[in-house]
Amino acid sequence: MRNTPLLQARDLVRRYGMRRGLLGRSVDITAVAGVSLTLERGRTLGLVGESGCGKSTTGRMVLGLETPDAGSVEFEGRIMPPPGTAAWRAMRARMQMVFQDPLGALDRRMNVAAQIAEPLEIHGIGDAAARAARVEALLRNVGLRPDQALRYPHELSGGQRQRVVMARALATEPALLVCDEPISALDVSIQAQVMNLLVELQAEHGMAVLFISHDLRAVRQVSERVAVMYLGTIVEEGTPDALLHDAQHPYTRALVSAIPHPGRGGNRIVLQGDPPNPAARPSGCPFHPRCPVAVARCSTEAPSLRDHPDGRRVACHLAEPAAIAKAA
Amino acid sequence: MLRYLATRLLRALLTIAMVVTFAFVVLRLSGDPALLIMSVDAPPEAVEAFRTAWGLDESLWVQYVKYFNAILHGDLGRSMRDGRDAIQLVAERIPATLALTLPALAIKIGIGVPAGIYAALHRNSLTDRVVMTLAVMGFTVPSFVLGLLLVLVFAVQLGWLPSGGDGTWRHAVLPVVTLGVGGAAVLARFTRSAMLEVLGQPYIRTASAKGVPWHAVVRGHALPNAAIPTVTIVGFMVGSLIAGAVVVESVFSWPGVGRLLVVAVANRDLAVVQCILLLVAITMVSSNFVVDLLYGALDPRLRQSRAGGAG
Amino acid sequence: MSLVTIRDLAVSFDGVPALRGVDLNIPPGGALGMVGESGCGKSVTWLAALGLLPGRARVTGSVRLAGDEILAAPPATLDRVRGGRVAMIFQDPASSLNPVHRLGTQVVEALRLHRGITGGAARAEAKRLFDLVGIPDAARRLDAYPHELSGGQNQRVMIAMALAGQPELLVADEPTTALDVTIQAQILDLLNRLRREMGMALVLISHDLGVVAETCDEVAVMYAGRIVEQAAAASLFARPTHPYTQGLLAALPPIDGPRKPLAAIPGGVPEPWAMPPGCAFAPRCPHASAACQARIPAHVAVGDAHSAACILAVREMVPA
Repeated sequence: MRNTPLLQARDLVRRYGMRRGLLGRSVDITAVAGVSLTLERGRTLGLVGESGCGKSTTGRMVLGLETPDAGSVEFEGRIMPPPGTAAWRAMRARMQMVFQDPLGALDRRMNVAAQIAEPLEIHGIGDAAARAARVEALLRNVGLRPDQALRYPHELSGGQRQRVVMARALATEPALLVCDEPISALDVSIQAQVMNLLVELQAEHGMAVLFISHDLRAVRQVSERVAVMYLGTIVEEGTPDALLHDAQHPYTRALVSAIPHPGRGGNRIVLQGDPPNPAARPSGCPFHPRCPVAVARCSTEAPSLRDHPDGRRVACHLAEPAAIAKAA
Repeated sequence: MLRYLATRLLRALLTIAMVVTFAFVVLRLSGDPALLIMSVDAPPEAVEAFRTAWGLDESLWVQYVKYFNAILHGDLGRSMRDGRDAIQLVAERIPATLALTLPALAIKIGIGVPAGIYAALHRNSLTDRVVMTLAVMGFTVPSFVLGLLLVLVFAVQLGWLPSGGDGTWRHAVLPVVTLGVGGAAVLARFTRSAMLEVLGQPYIRTASAKGVPWHAVVRGHALPNAAIPTVTIVGFMVGSLIAGAVVVESVFSWPGVGRLLVVAVANRDLAVVQCILLLVAITMVSSNFVVDLLYGALDPRLRQSRAGGAG
Repeated sequence: MSLVTIRDLAVSFDGVPALRGVDLNIPPGGALGMVGESGCGKSVTWLAALGLLPGRARVTGSVRLAGDEILAAPPATLDRVRGGRVAMIFQDPASSLNPVHRLGTQVVEALRLHRGITGGAARAEAKRLFDLVGIPDAARRLDAYPHELSGGQNQRVMIAMALAGQPELLVADEPTTALDVTIQAQILDLLNRLRREMGMALVLISHDLGVVAETCDEVAVMYAGRIVEQAAAASLFARPTHPYTQGLLAALPPIDGPRKPLAAIPGGVPEPWAMPPGCAFAPRCPHASAACQARIPAHVAVGDAHSAACILAVREMVPA
């Protein structure tokens, strides 16, 4: 048990049938096209990509909120039970989710303390006194004052609401926290507060985190490893600094160079074309129509995600430093 | 588009079939027409003969199948009262009803829509509040109360107009006004909220930001968009041209379809009631159908998804 | 002379102030970035200047366009300014375009209003504009509706529409916030190119310091309805002087160097109806003292065309 990773997802595939009308034909949209990830206990994996790349769907499959059409999810060495079963509910107490929109995630009619106590009640953890004590500790943990326990969501700022969501997620002492764009709805100064808080909470509670974001900078701040997704597949995975400073996949390079950062000069790679459409997947490498260095092979043969000696994984036919340099 | 039309048509026919079935079941369950139409002390043989004559002695299933089959062949039966063809009986009354409901529809649209637009454009002004107060009153007061009030004032007190009956255009004034006021109120409120919704959209700000004068913003960018939800309500009003005047026709003893319905129900005149219900269902369903087509014409987003076959 | 001069512009909604006195100069062809968090007044400034706020907004101050006051100008004058001399684009391109009109029609409307072009000539010009902003297959896109295009393409249409009136100033209000990172790069690239080629001035409103840094010559940082620091972009990022600017920069996750906790600004933005006395940033400021509450700090020149509204800035400038 000690050596099994906390979470192991293998070749996850998720298709949606987009039915067009009562009698219409169904069009298959592949949101996730074979994603494998591993998350060790207490570590953070960042999942980065643009809208429609399948990162949120992957997060929901990892939690068992969606059933993959192919592939498997193992949590603590056991296959994820089917959603809705008692075994799944027991497992769900060990994994929690934090969403982008904290106001939508909270019940408007419940005060802060009741929101945080709710998962404890659902999973039957502790008696009333123990729960009250736990709520108080969690509030302190996420940096809220005890007097804010009786406030309602609309009386809090966006950052404070996200703190409540995190306190609630931590109430059952989960081993895994999936955060789906947890900071993108917040102002810059508040984003920093929430990122700091997440790192502090992880140090204290020791949960693993799957951090889903479109923002590579934020991911670097909180993650040990990053996986970059494009059109439902992972195109590159490695340490944040390896990806930020020495990206091997042309898409990662474009993503890095698109980061606006004060004091970073112009010469950025501007990708041509629209963001990819999961309903119309190109043949071969999904990135080849927008890739500045694509060769003929890229349009016919999909590259597989290969391990590199430095510990990263890259899915690109040209992913040898020499090949990229020559093509660019 | 064709597939969309076919789906809608199928759905419309299904709705009508369900209305027919529903009418059949409810009417048979609510009492024996033979006993109602013959007097209570009629000899049993006479009642039995009546039943046989009208097919009431057969099982409900057989009656239903026969009835449905007859409808498919355009035969809606005869009135049990006077033996006349039900369709003809109902058809005779349609002009009288339309004489009330068409002018009333004109009032609803002619007053309701402009009032709603004006109120939305002058939101929170005195006029807005007055218009909206009137609108709330207009649709909370039931039409029979409003009708009686109008009779009290204009017929009894002032003596300007007749209190009921038919014959001249003067007889139609009070029922038309009664019908029109309530509908205008509903439409005013609906148009106002549709307009307010649209006026708050970012594309209205865009139009102003590119220098479109305000009156042109309203005409070119707000009205077409606000028309989309308003069309639903107007479609509903068009759909109730036949059946929407039951109460008012009764209050003003106007010889229209509505009053025929009331009388036929009281008499358990099955064929006539069923005929009217079928007529109402057909007008409702077809106006709904037209509304759906209008939606497509007004909103390109729907048009495109329909071209792809979505509904 | 300035193209646009804003003096003491203030806005309140139902008595609650949203903008508390803003001064700005936009030189012809200049590019000003306006940065700040939600509610700081960066968008309200330009909506107020162009008369685009709802009726319940009370606007005071002065906005001059090439010397002429436009703040209380009659509607007819404003309609000629809007889209003709000052164009504006917005955050969410999909809902900023009218869903029931064809894209071409919406661009042609602007051409007719400001350049009097109609019919085939207008259509040809609209196609030229679509080509100019890089919409592929421009002729066919003229007949498309907004929902048929992606967010990035719709923003290009918005830009084409803004260019239709050949404006002297384009105000872009968070033009890339709703877009993906790689599409954001495309749009910023386009705005830069158009500004260079057409010599028009640009105001770029953004919450993202990085976006503004790469696109603008000059940057104004706003907080709680006021400009707290203004400088040439290079100078601002090299020597941020106001503690809020410093805090914003420090709160950005770095892209290199060791990972350490971010220097987050504590607390949150004050509510507009409960503004602290004196400097609005004082309650969150690490350097605040009692003096900060005494009065609203005035702008102090701390360098060449670099000013900050902080009493500390004064102290730094006074020779010891």
